[in-house]
Amino acid sequence: MEQIVFYVLAAVALLASFGVIGQRNPMHSVMLLIVSFGAYAGLYVLLDAPFTAVTQIIIYAGAIMVLFLFVVMLLNAHTEDDMVPATIGPRTMKIGVVLSLALVGEVAYALLKIARTDFGTDAGTVSSIKDVGHIGSMLYTSYSFAFEVTSILILVSMVGAVVIAGKPRKDR
Amino acid sequence: MIDFISPSLIAHFVLIFIVFNCLVLASAFMVWMERKVCAYIQDREGPNRVGPEGLLQPFADVIKLVFKEDLRPKAADAFLFAIAPVVSTATAFAAFSVVPFGTETTLFGLLSEPLRLEVTDVNVAVLVIFAVTSMGIYGIVLAGWSSNSKYSLLGGLRSSAQMISYELSYGLSLAAVIMLAGSLSLREIVVNQSGYWWHVIPRWYVFLQPLGFLIYMTAGVAETNRAPFDFPEAEQELVAGYHTEYSSMSFALFFMAEYINMVTVSAVATSLFLGGWLGPLLPAWLGWVWFMIKVLLLLFFYVWMRWTLPRYRYDQLMEFGWKWLLPAAVLNLVATAALVIWLG
Repeated sequence: MEQIVFYVLAAVALLASFGVIGQRNPMHSVMLLIVSFGAYAGLYVLLDAPFTAVTQIIIYAGAIMVLFLFVVMLLNAHTEDDMVPATIGPRTMKIGVVLSLALVGEVAYALLKIARTDFGTDAGTVSSIKDVGHIGSMLYTSYSFAFEVTSILILVSMVGAVVIAGKPRKDR
Repeated sequence: MIDFISPSLIAHFVLIFIVFNCLVLASAFMVWMERKVCAYIQDREGPNRVGPEGLLQPFADVIKLVFKEDLRPKAADAFLFAIAPVVSTATAFAAFSVVPFGTETTLFGLLSEPLRLEVTDVNVAVLVIFAVTSMGIYGIVLAGWSSNSKYSLLGGLRSSAQMISYELSYGLSLAAVIMLAGSLSLREIVVNQSGYWWHVIPRWYVFLQPLGFLIYMTAGVAETNRAPFDFPEAEQELVAGYHTEYSSMSFALFFMAEYINMVTVSAVATSLFLGGWLGPLLPAWLGWVWFMIKVLLLLFFYVWMRWTLPRYRYDQLMEFGWKWLLPAAVLNLVATAALVIWLG
């Protein structure tokens, strides 16, 4: 039973993710991304992590994607064809290739490392994953560095967005 | 396979069936109450032809709507236009599924194990409600966008801006109660409110969190797009807002979703702040009566407010949400956290 559910959710997540990059209509891409987030949330529930599942929905599907939709609706770009086609020069292309290869390498390394990690399936570990208080105290003690670095990253991207949006037109 | 079907499983399915139909009936009843209360506030009779006191009026409306033609604008996005009302209604129903409305019962000894009076008991119920209601906005946004009409689009845009602005205060007022109760389960939060102070005042969180309750109700009204915050469907400027292009039953689905969302917001407020099914006089197994009375009073308050207060201006709504409600919610949360730590 659990395996069937897993395969169904995984298939939905994969198909929806492929759909996101395969759509010409940005609105449909956004909707498919929400579907794949929902499937991920289902996978988290299967992993006995309801808190992670619900935060996935609240933060990604509920908050971030609403902002995405907002932007798509404001631009009112019904299809990508309406917009000016992006021109990618040979230099940008080279940088892109290097960055994508680096990403593939990182993901491969991370997957290899996960395969060797023992997660532990005893009752104590499982219930500690479920416990919200435990997650909170871990975030602010053992993983406070990663937590703060992530906050700074978000702050930097926010400042970046403000700088881009606030740029006067004549400079372009 | 047969022994898989136990009496408690059947009881559970019956419970789901009852809750579903009660929500449908509640939305019909709310339509009637809205029109009746509105009529009395405006010093007239209101619906009084169909059934006693016009009680059957909503059913007559539904029959009329079913026989109407379902129109779709030619330039609309067919798929998204079709699923938008479905998303709205489905999320409205789903949010209620984690609300507990009574204690455990064995149906006078019919069942071997007690049945909990709620559709499902999850230990992160408060967050589930928050997540599902935040998904409900997609119905409105998609309806606004896919109709390919400027009134609908503006309605959808306003709705998303409003939801983003008020969701923060909504979540922070929930967080304050969660800290007091030390649990994310609605059932545990209700049980924590049992008992009395000095044998008179019930230990409801509304007395510990008066500001939190006000913030929750204000944000709840904004989240359900009700007057005085009903900008997504402001008639004078946007015709009917996001559902301008909808007709027949798909139009009715939006209305049903709106009324069910009101029921859910009131039910959650009852559980979080007003002690849920707890109440004096009645025996414990009749707790759901108290629950219904409290929810009904909150719903009446909703209707009363709609026909009393004028709509704000849109910039006033944004200013109120970000400059007043959010700081108040943050202060309330910090003060609650400090008190919880100080008093242990």
